[in-house]
Amino acid sequence: MTTPTDLPATLPSLPDDPFDAGVLTDPYPFHRRLRDAGPLALLPRHNLHAMGRFDEVKAALGDWATFVSGRGAGLADFARDKPWRPPSLLLEADPPAHTAVRSAMNGVLAPREIRALRAGFTQVAEEIAQHLVERGAFDAVRDLAEVYPLRVFPDAVGLPATGRENLLPYGSLAFNAFGPDNELRRAALASAAPVQDWILASCQRDALAPGGFGARIWAAADRGDITHEQAPMLVRSLLSAGVDTTVHGLANTMYALASHPGQWELLHEQPRLAAFAFDEALRWESPVQTFFRTTARDAPVAGAVIPAGSKVLLFLGSANRDPRRWGADADQFDVRRRAAGHVAFGMGIHQCVGQPLARLEAELVLAALARRVRRVELAGTPVPRLNNTLKGWASVPVRVEPA
Amino acid sequence: MNQEADLRLTVHRRWAGADGVVLLDLRDPAGAELPRWSPGAHVDLMLPGGLTRQYSLCGEPAQRHAWRLGVLREPAGRGGSAYVHDHLPQGATVEVRGPRNHFALVPAARYLFLAGGIGITPILAMTSAAARAGADWELHYGGRSRASMAFLDELGAAGDRISLYPQDEVGLIDLDRLLATPRPDTAVYCCGPEPLLAAVERRCAGWPPGSLHVERFTPRDVGPPVRTGSFEVTLAASGRTLTVPPDRSILDVVEAAGVSVLSSCQEGTCGTCETAVLAGEVDHRDSLLTPDERAANDTIFLCVSRAACPRLVLDL
Repeated sequence: MTTPTDLPATLPSLPDDPFDAGVLTDPYPFHRRLRDAGPLALLPRHNLHAMGRFDEVKAALGDWATFVSGRGAGLADFARDKPWRPPSLLLEADPPAHTAVRSAMNGVLAPREIRALRAGFTQVAEEIAQHLVERGAFDAVRDLAEVYPLRVFPDAVGLPATGRENLLPYGSLAFNAFGPDNELRRAALASAAPVQDWILASCQRDALAPGGFGARIWAAADRGDITHEQAPMLVRSLLSAGVDTTVHGLANTMYALASHPGQWELLHEQPRLAAFAFDEALRWESPVQTFFRTTARDAPVAGAVIPAGSKVLLFLGSANRDPRRWGADADQFDVRRRAAGHVAFGMGIHQCVGQPLARLEAELVLAALARRVRRVELAGTPVPRLNNTLKGWASVPVRVEPA
Repeated sequence: MNQEADLRLTVHRRWAGADGVVLLDLRDPAGAELPRWSPGAHVDLMLPGGLTRQYSLCGEPAQRHAWRLGVLREPAGRGGSAYVHDHLPQGATVEVRGPRNHFALVPAARYLFLAGGIGITPILAMTSAAARAGADWELHYGGRSRASMAFLDELGAAGDRISLYPQDEVGLIDLDRLLATPRPDTAVYCCGPEPLLAAVERRCAGWPPGSLHVERFTPRDVGPPVRTGSFEVTLAASGRTLTVPPDRSILDVVEAAGVSVLSSCQEGTCGTCETAVLAGEVDHRDSLLTPDERAANDTIFLCVSRAACPRLVLDL
């Protein structure tokens, strides 16, 4: 039997609000229903098309000309709605404008620049790991995931020493703002002004220390690779996307390992698995759960057509647990799994430009801990942190046994 | 959608279009029709030594037997334009792939075309299409001097829709005036050097999203691999040597041998599979390394890059 492709297929429709506190706390049952409903579904609650299966999510991420980002990577359609801030030149832009900007940022975050950070990052990682092992019990979020990136990343950017406490609230704000007009988004925007002021000031040339990523962005403007008006906007991109994501990724990895002590033992025996454990944790519990795209033209997906001008919600976290791609044990956390190809960093032209930096941070601090700690376990009930885009924890109490 | 074609075409005629600009009239040697194209389209010229260069089609789409290209000699370029200028005489054969359009004309009631220098090539066919569609349009075309600006004779016919800005006579295009007021009915098309594009983008920031269309540069094109046959990689940690056939990546071969390597994009853009090179010369095919980093030969992205020598030793 065939369905005529020129007729609109009847799409499955789910009544759920994916930004409801229940789904944000535990999205996985909803993800399963979404995937099982079909490759493409409707979420009438927010007038959305949605994809939760790996193949379709990956294809949409790769087809930037059909699934455009310039009309916003959140629910707002910039063709209609006023963005809450001037749109990102990277995340919320399309070729050709995106191409030059992305190319300049690739240069700023070039492999050589990342490699040069390794020694300094290692020292801080070892210091923090040593301190935590001596304590024996600590909060993997407040004492580790929120501490290490904030010790190394702001210095690498060259940010001012004062005001860095604004970084986490800004990331949280940016990621909440992708969602619908709900309590989370309203609360984030209500307290945004002072945080935004500090961020804006910190993106200016004078605020940034020489040699850091920020100064390198301004140098790219001096060379004419980008304009001087674009430079502070690109520093802002680093600050929006470079901190909260890594913090959540580390926290989620620690949660995964603490709730699977056998996996920690593997890591302890082979600390070089640290980078793989982080990659698997990103797949298993993706910090960035969702991104939106907008169809620039009628988009055929799995026999149906998404009309031009539609907002489409891509469930990265669901794609990363799709048994059609990862097998029947997709829900299992397994540091020996080949997690390569997951879409936790996105895929295609918008794939996270800071990915090597995030991986470096995670690898170093996890390996430093893995060498010193034989066993880790949960020492209390983890407390989720709700965000319209990010999945993570406010608190993960753990107890560690030194090697 | 048009299928891209691989064609061998003949330089039917070539002539000087302006100072430093050569125009080529390419035709099928047997006189066959060429694939259809639309204004804004470009083709790849596949030049010797693995050079691939993109040039806009600047003739009339209705002329199905000939394609016209305008090529500026770029002394600082990587040799593509010099080859076209120096080694493609009348009667020469050239391999052409395409056409392809990343700069298509969207329907609009009014068009504002902005061209700088050789950036006139894709715009030229757009002006005719806009005229045929009955749209309101104007072209503002700048160049260093009148002598450096191609197609002035053809453009003369369109009269007062066209404003010329030879810089040595009248200075730069007055973008502040042209772009001061956002107009929802107007599509802005700009092609030219980076400073012009950047200046236009800045001034269009307050225009409705999607108003501005620019043609900038194309993604890195790496050409064919240095070696067409197999090569070997030795993994330093185990001393194992693996053979990489032409149709598989190093990443693929290494993983199939049971060695875990982190990777993500598998297209040379994300940097995840970077691996240190201990010996050998690399055929770098990623989009990340700078020319200096390539020359250092001390690192490789296993998903796309290959060997430029019989054997690479990797820190794996």
